[in-house]
Amino acid sequence: MITLPEVLSLASLLFCISVAGIFLNRKNVIILLMCVELMLLSVNMNFIAFSHFLGDVHGQVFVFFILTVAAAESAIGLAILIVLFRKKNTINVDDLNSMKG
Amino acid sequence: MIEQIVFYLFAGLLVFSASMVVVMRNPIHAALFLILSFFASSAIWLLLQAEFLAITLVLVYVGAVMVLFIFVVMMLDINKVTVDEGFARYLPVGISVAVLMVIAMGLVVGSDYFLSERYLAMQQLDPNYSNTRELGKAIYTEYLYQFEIAGAILLVAIIAAISLGMNKLKINKSINPDKQVVVKKQDRLHIIKMQTEEKGSNS
Repeated sequence: MITLPEVLSLASLLFCISVAGIFLNRKNVIILLMCVELMLLSVNMNFIAFSHFLGDVHGQVFVFFILTVAAAESAIGLAILIVLFRKKNTINVDDLNSMKG
Repeated sequence: MIEQIVFYLFAGLLVFSASMVVVMRNPIHAALFLILSFFASSAIWLLLQAEFLAITLVLVYVGAVMVLFIFVVMMLDINKVTVDEGFARYLPVGISVAVLMVIAMGLVVGSDYFLSERYLAMQQLDPNYSNTRELGKAIYTEYLYQFEIAGAILLVAIIAAISLGMNKLKINKSINPDKQVVVKKQDRLHIIKMQTEEKGSNS
């Protein structure tokens, strides 16, 4: 029988791995987008764990909406990436400094 | 007991594939490991009795989003040589931030609070319980407006993605009003003088 802390630790471990991935991959925007997807996955896992252990279906409704927004986000992100690659011919994070950020 | 074994199996698979996504240098390999991690977490969601969302994760993420990712990775022709550098430079800060976050979250998650009685109230679902029906009832009654907003968000995303990827392709026959108002009569109509033609005179 699974307990709540087990699922929560799995989700937090997943979140930490994806945060580390954002720090490590400074050369490739596509892998950054993948790390964002992993983060959303870990948050969704928290929602589902609480929904299961509290016997409440509302957590799953939220996961449904998060999935919708994440799909829209990745579609727009990849479209922006394609436009960026067409203009600058690179997806290196360090080369994208025209806003002096 | 068997449930726990399955859970740990898929949890290990999920953590392994997530770390491979981070570590892999080749974006195609990273995308494939991301697909593996989606499958593993879908199995865990099945264990947590969220059947509809587990299937949705596979259909929407593996079927649509990851295919889009792989398509974009193959479309952009990035050379791997530039991708390789800079990994070692950020390794210490990345690892230290991750370890700090693991410790902080472990302190929260590991407390006795989440083992308390109200989180252990495992409801015994009867065999006719349908997760999809319950979720549908909640979405189409209580969350109806939010559901419609989600549909609008998807529509906006479609339009935005198409218009970003369009590459200034001119598909309609709209005219520039600027050029339209400065047009003079002489630009459009030329009256020329010429001899009148007679029938049979040009042979």
